[in-house]
Amino acid sequence: MVNSQAIRAWSAASAVLDPEVPAVTVADLGILRSVEMDEYGRAVARVTPTYSGCPAVLAIELAIEAALRDAGFDPVIERSLTPAWTTDWITDLGREKLRAYGIAPPVAGSSSKRALFGDVQVSCPRCSAKDTSKLSEFGSTACKAHYRCNSCLEPFDYFKCI
Amino acid sequence: MQKGLFSALLQLADDHLVLGHRLSEWCGHAPMLEEDLALPNIALDLIGQARSLYTYAGEIEGVGRDEDALAFCRIEREYQNLLICELPNGDFAQTILRQFYFSSFMLLFWEQAQNSSDATVAAVAGKAIKEAKYHRRHCGEWVIRLGDGTDESARRMQASCEILEPYLGELFNNSYGSLEISQSGVLPDRSLLQEPWLIDVMEVFQAANLNIPDLTHAHKGGREGRHTEAMGHLLAQLQYMQRSFPDMAW
Repeated sequence: MVNSQAIRAWSAASAVLDPEVPAVTVADLGILRSVEMDEYGRAVARVTPTYSGCPAVLAIELAIEAALRDAGFDPVIERSLTPAWTTDWITDLGREKLRAYGIAPPVAGSSSKRALFGDVQVSCPRCSAKDTSKLSEFGSTACKAHYRCNSCLEPFDYFKCI
Repeated sequence: MQKGLFSALLQLADDHLVLGHRLSEWCGHAPMLEEDLALPNIALDLIGQARSLYTYAGEIEGVGRDEDALAFCRIEREYQNLLICELPNGDFAQTILRQFYFSSFMLLFWEQAQNSSDATVAAVAGKAIKEAKYHRRHCGEWVIRLGDGTDESARRMQASCEILEPYLGELFNNSYGSLEISQSGVLPDRSLLQEPWLIDVMEVFQAANLNIPDLTHAHKGGREGRHTEAMGHLLAQLQYMQRSFPDMAW
């Protein structure tokens, strides 16, 4: 019984879309870590921020709370800093959704030191060309950098690796 | 122990809030669009780190002050940030050099703090380390580009070195009470970070053709709440809303 409740709570919370990148869910991004039923029958959602100063964190927490409440749960949101979020937690499905949305997903195994120091090849999310160049290390949100495809000439966001 | 921990957390939080505020002043004024994105993005990370630190400091203090009360509702003498964090931005070279110095130091600091005996400190450090690494790299590249750039950029970078030099020593001082905190393994001993920091700076400065800073003369006072003239002006802006509309929320 409790278990099926937890599964239902997870499916409600995990359907919440990221407010900055509404193509992916908070579960796709690995921001929603778990949803469990506690001894008081409340649904406890554990959320981890991507960046310390990510301004979307509060919006994400409120959206998850609302989704759980709509599904008939008494929600509790817990913010968890450890273990620290890494781009490696973005699911395979999430990576595909990002690419389809026009954002290059982080290169796999991206939390390595090599990746952090920019020694990676980012493919264009539109034409898949490997010939791309970095325009700006910081982009429209804390989690993205800005790139340009040298083949189709389209600029695009790259989900930077941490 | 708890009082020492509160004070050490507050100092660290103040460093990040005040420097984050300074960086945010660049929003809309940076010399190019990429830096207009970069500097406020770095500010956001620093202010985010400050929020975690203030929240934890408030819990340790245990009298009900939250992050907002600590960030906005103290008087100048109660802020304990390093003087280098409150200095006016100067030109872009000076802002980038200060950020390089600070990020290089904080990277070393968080690397040790992620193994803290205090679980919350370790968690904040684990998050901050990734951000500091990105900042350190970004600013280090700029220091090289400007120092080893045109005559004008090199002149400005060297001038920035001279302006900031007397404020560097304070980074490595353990304030009253914080040595106890480092001995118990909660936060790193700042004095031990000077050598690895100099090695990191030297590597960049050699590529940038800049003279290695001399740390012998150091202005002090930030940790005791004795600030430069710039601090009052900074707080006037930072605290404006809370002072005008106490306990406001939106």
